[in-house]
Amino acid sequence: MTTTRIRLFALALLMVMLVAGCSRSEEKRQQAGKNAAKTTVPAMAPGPVLLSGAGATFPAPLYQQWFSLYMKSHPGVVVKYEAVGSGAGIERFMAKGVPDNKRVDFGASDAAMTDDEISGMESGVTMMPLTAGGVVLAYNIPGLQGRLRLSRKAYASIFLGKIQSWNDPVIKECNPGLNLPKLTIATVVRSDASGTTFAFTKHLAAISRQWRESYGAAKLIDWPGRAMRARGNEGGAGLVDQSAGAIGYMELGFAQRLGLDTAVLENKAGNYITPSPRSAKASMASAVLPQNLRLFIPDPDGPDSYPIVTLTWVLLYDRYNDPQKVQTLKDLFSWCLHTGQTYSQPLGYLPLPDNIVRSAVAALSRITP
Amino acid sequence: MAGIGLESTAVGETVTRAPTPMEKFGNSAFRLACYLFAWLTVILVLYIVYTIARQAAPAIDKYGWGFVSGTKWDPNTRQFGVLPEIWGTLYSSLLAVTIGTLFGVAVAVFLSEHFLATLVFSLLKVFGLQFHFLWGKLPDQLEHLLRNLVELLAAIPSVVYGLWGIYFVIPFIRPLCHWLLIKLGWIPIFSTTLSGPGMLPAGIVLSIMILPTIAAISLNSLSAVPPKLRQAAYGLGATRWEAILAVILPTASKGIFGAVILAFGRALGETMALAMLIGNSNVISWSLFSPGNTLAALLANNFAEAGPSEIPVLMFAALILLAITLLVNVVGAFILESASAGREGAGQ
Repeated sequence: MTTTRIRLFALALLMVMLVAGCSRSEEKRQQAGKNAAKTTVPAMAPGPVLLSGAGATFPAPLYQQWFSLYMKSHPGVVVKYEAVGSGAGIERFMAKGVPDNKRVDFGASDAAMTDDEISGMESGVTMMPLTAGGVVLAYNIPGLQGRLRLSRKAYASIFLGKIQSWNDPVIKECNPGLNLPKLTIATVVRSDASGTTFAFTKHLAAISRQWRESYGAAKLIDWPGRAMRARGNEGGAGLVDQSAGAIGYMELGFAQRLGLDTAVLENKAGNYITPSPRSAKASMASAVLPQNLRLFIPDPDGPDSYPIVTLTWVLLYDRYNDPQKVQTLKDLFSWCLHTGQTYSQPLGYLPLPDNIVRSAVAALSRITP
Repeated sequence: MAGIGLESTAVGETVTRAPTPMEKFGNSAFRLACYLFAWLTVILVLYIVYTIARQAAPAIDKYGWGFVSGTKWDPNTRQFGVLPEIWGTLYSSLLAVTIGTLFGVAVAVFLSEHFLATLVFSLLKVFGLQFHFLWGKLPDQLEHLLRNLVELLAAIPSVVYGLWGIYFVIPFIRPLCHWLLIKLGWIPIFSTTLSGPGMLPAGIVLSIMILPTIAAISLNSLSAVPPKLRQAAYGLGATRWEAILAVILPTASKGIFGAVILAFGRALGETMALAMLIGNSNVISWSLFSPGNTLAALLANNFAEAGPSEIPVLMFAALILLAITLLVNVVGAFILESASAGREGAGQ
């Protein structure tokens, strides 16, 4: 019997020791953490300049390429960009109730910022367009021969949930000769607060009275019908790819990367326009840039203009505490606005027109330490 | 131990003695540690509920019962309701438990009745190898392997199940669903097309995820059925199927039912695979092929970027999920008590 007791005792001892050990190693770790924090903070200053940004997923592939190229040619700079969606990007840029480790040096959004949001910012806001792109309607109809064409009435009704099947007369009417299957339409929308959603719904509000009255333009929409929600442009593209009968809106490049079919859309002039960087550029040409650079083109004029385009902005503070940071930000974005523009077209984005680049550079020069 | 005792008496000591202070201390330390850890678990659960409820308090004040019965989720107009999510949570879990119970109990019967071992044994007998020192072990080993394989299902990460569902289950069942829609589309549960994500793929994958829970616990309770019951059934002239269906399964029903309740609880809270497979669409539909949403998927999708104003609402949704899980367990325990009254003595 003694051995059982001894075993029990050993077990109890082990448990006690385990508990004590855990708490002690915890203390040690905290201590170590404190020491590390003490030593690393002053050591950071002469090291690389770290810029962190967060926001839109729409331009993220382009931004990632820009920043990695820039970091290669400028070893002293580290740029970190998190594609979390425009809504989250603005929230983290505004930094109200945001924990320190989620604060950013710049935000990114395809919906710019509203005057209300800007007026609440103590350190001021400079918005600067960096690139532009077309929002396409990518679809997945198995076995469809030929390319889908959608009239304004057709795609507005699809996203209003009024048209539920691909062989609806409204869709048939603009696709003569196309054998459309009897398949339920599954709309794919964004679950996160998104600038792409904003651009798309701003367009829908411009072309459909019913949309304007019941939903309007917003980064988050309570979508009608059986809309399936996905996170980010890449999530939406993936969901369209996996779902038969699906249609969803996303930036052109995301649809191209997954090889999704994109619908040919009717524009304001009544012409059917194939989405491409070129047709989207035609839409940009007609626009006049306002003073604050917040240019929306909800329904572009021009016979060859692709109907849904948006600029996408970076959000900077007017004043930063760190002069070195300001210089690095200026260098970085000036590089993006000039050299960077040549990388946009292969990824499905548009190089900005010269007048917009000039205004953006002027805006960039206004930020100060 | 007996050896030690004999030896000690041989040198003139007594077998019995008072416990030493060390042993006494060990005993009480062990008891204390057990109490401590047991209570810590209880306190932890209560603390979790408390923190969630505290954060949800503003939303509870504002929306009240309207939150449970509302069907809109619109942060712009600040209208929130989770009825579609509650519906989707219960629908997908019930679907999964139905499929999972069928397969899980079948696996448990198959293993506990040694169907496989008997088969392999008779196969070996044909070759005269049934008592061979290597081949003779085969029946038991195969059974052991099968048991481990089923339990291995529990070790697969949720996200892998989600991916497998997207790339295998959905394309696999789509033609069948299409056929059902055309032939039986007038029945509400087959009334829409399966575009991709939807209730059925979610339910199927979820049923595989809860299969090990059901199979393992059912197997334990089936193995615990006293052999004399089985022998008595055979003695009365019952066939094997009669013995299984009329005697063994009912005797083990309490344990099996417990397994189902446990699996149901797990299905309610499953998040990642469902967020990937259910389509995240706020609709209430009877159709198996319609996309839907669950509370857990709603939380997973919206928490990452919820602003300070949306967190109370999500916490409220989390609280409702907790309440549903609790309710299922309580109701389950209640049914268990009343259903198995008078059938004690086996299964546990």
